[in-house]
Amino acid sequence: MGKQLAAVIGVGQTHHRAKREDVSIAGLCREAVDRALEDAGVGFDDIDAVVLGKAPDLFEGVMMPELFLAEALGAVGKPLLRVHTAGSVGGSTAIVASSLVQAGVHGRVLAVAFEKQSESNAMWALSVPVPFIMPVHAGAGGYFAPHVRSYIRRAEAPEHIGAMVAAKDRRNACKNPYAHLHQPDTTMESVMASQMLWDPIRYDETCPSSDGACAVVIGDESAAASVTNPAWIHATAMRTEPTTAAERDQVNPQAGREAAAALWKQAGITDPLAEIDAAEIYVPFSWFEPMWIENLGFSVEGEGWKLTESGETEIGGTLPINPSGGVLSSNPIGASGMLRFAEAALQVMGEAGEHQVDGARKALGHAYGGGSQFFAMWVVGSERPAA
Amino acid sequence: MRDVAVVGFAQRQMREMEGSPTCVELLVPIFAELFESTGWTKSDVDFWCSGSSDYLAGRSFSFVSAVDAIGALPPVVESHVEMDAAWAMYEAWVKISMGEADTALVYGFGKSSAGQLRRTLALQLDPYVLGPLWPDTVSIAALQARLGLEQGQWDEKEMASVVARSRASGADNPYAVVAGETSVDELLAEQMYADPLRKHDCAPVSDGAAAVVLAAEDRATETVARPAWITGIEHRADGQSLGLRDLTRSPSTAGAAAALGGSGGVNGVDTAELYAPFSHQELILRRELGLSDSVSVNPSGGVLCGNPMFAAGLVRVGEAANRVMAGTSDRALAHATSGPALQQNLLCLLEGRS
Repeated sequence: MGKQLAAVIGVGQTHHRAKREDVSIAGLCREAVDRALEDAGVGFDDIDAVVLGKAPDLFEGVMMPELFLAEALGAVGKPLLRVHTAGSVGGSTAIVASSLVQAGVHGRVLAVAFEKQSESNAMWALSVPVPFIMPVHAGAGGYFAPHVRSYIRRAEAPEHIGAMVAAKDRRNACKNPYAHLHQPDTTMESVMASQMLWDPIRYDETCPSSDGACAVVIGDESAAASVTNPAWIHATAMRTEPTTAAERDQVNPQAGREAAAALWKQAGITDPLAEIDAAEIYVPFSWFEPMWIENLGFSVEGEGWKLTESGETEIGGTLPINPSGGVLSSNPIGASGMLRFAEAALQVMGEAGEHQVDGARKALGHAYGGGSQFFAMWVVGSERPAA
Repeated sequence: MRDVAVVGFAQRQMREMEGSPTCVELLVPIFAELFESTGWTKSDVDFWCSGSSDYLAGRSFSFVSAVDAIGALPPVVESHVEMDAAWAMYEAWVKISMGEADTALVYGFGKSSAGQLRRTLALQLDPYVLGPLWPDTVSIAALQARLGLEQGQWDEKEMASVVARSRASGADNPYAVVAGETSVDELLAEQMYADPLRKHDCAPVSDGAAAVVLAAEDRATETVARPAWITGIEHRADGQSLGLRDLTRSPSTAGAAAALGGSGGVNGVDTAELYAPFSHQELILRRELGLSDSVSVNPSGGVLCGNPMFAAGLVRVGEAANRVMAGTSDRALAHATSGPALQQNLLCLLEGRS
């Protein structure tokens, strides 16, 4: 018995906000879980196992919260796994759930990811000083700004590209009722005029800090037969590189390049730009759009920004990137990766609503974490993968 | 599904590790030892998976620093669970079973001495109702032991017998941090720690790390003479709410054992390594598993002799696998637990083939 087919058969997410004071952590998860179960047309009794993912426990101040959430997630008496792979965790969680189905262990698995960032201050939770370890300082923006600067220099990219990405993602978010930021008046000019935070990253080029959750039901072939529009999983890939290797290139990391190459190969894709109809890519700071375009192999090195500048990453372009508004419009960290994976699934299921990319048949979900060192990605399609 | 076996195991345990909570200082020599025993290099490992806890390390992303122990580029296929590494092994077993990897190296680490373990683990409780009362791990275990005593399900002598047997077995284990011959009478003469628990009823707070190597089919038989084949691996969770559970039972252990029912299941094992951090919990587990008196329980001494959090469950697998690989066991059971009062449990059956 080799690898079994698996598909996303249900998707759910919360309304993402800065503070969801109306719900507990369990309530937040249930909002996403209940929607995913309803979308799949199943109940807890139909679920064989639960996989929960989230970023550091310090964000909410609960150690291994899946333990106290076991009842709320319907996991009592079932296998319950907890994944944590830094910012890529939402994606990794979906991949671990997929492999349980692909290995033939289970028929239907519920994958859940959440972050309730209003319980703490995420920026400083990421900046705990640790003896003998290079400090992150001033959160993720402070860590990534030098890499963005290096990208701009290496690619000789014009200064306004980052602002273009931010304006596009915020406009897209207005078509997504679940998005945290709804800022219809955002333009490239208004982004350029916003406060410089970590030069060259401006305030409007950064992701918000959100409370939110996402859930997907992943099923085998017979479970997929019970829904009309499953998103078949064509390929998954994960790669990791260590933090402190002097030869690392954090602008165009080898782990990301190798994960993408493995992904395209597994999915039978030889020309990703032509064959992928929509991409949900983890872009927490605007400049990561052109950086990941190159890292994923959608363009040659140094040319990613040209795809953005030409408008081809807009809905309706050659490669619509983040039609949902992306991480720049909603960022419950632990859930952000799964939101990318789930939004890719919604596109090929034809359920993306106002931000639907017309006729999307193959979509990419992508997440990364740590210091650009943990990568998780999948390709989903409206058709079964070719044998 | 493909056959998967444990083909290597290495560990380090100590009362207090003088090093970082990411335990890289322990992981590097452990990996080196496994590369030597298997004859492999880093490039022979298709999948890496680890288990650890940020709260134990007192920081975010402790596992990120631990990845440094794997070495620099090229990148690896890797994942991490915020659980005991026994569950990381489960994830690796799934990857190999589905054919996405032929080999895996699974590791876990924990430096409990960096904080006050019983208080740290209280943060696992629900943060709204129970957590704010700060019932710590030892107190919850004491309530559980008290329930069993009052219901007549076990007595103090049985609890002390578990400790005496564990410490005697631990005397042969170079990694035991507490061990030695003692008697039930001597143990019962000790003073109470958290009534009805005496200090020896509780696993010592200690540090350590461990790693297990997995391989599929031919890769396994090429690597060791007698691989420890994984003939079943199952895990289940119970709810957490202490007031809603019968703490003298472990339905998740019974559920996992029932799921292993095929081809004899837990019946017929000659050895069992059980993760019972409190003496009475071994009595609960033995009853749920229906282990007969002929089964050798915790020949390593178990976690009452050393309890490196987030690695100790994987150590149970490694200790059981070592006995199978050495030919002293034909069929062994390894068990891991997590969460307050045995909330979550994993069982792994290991078998030698002649």
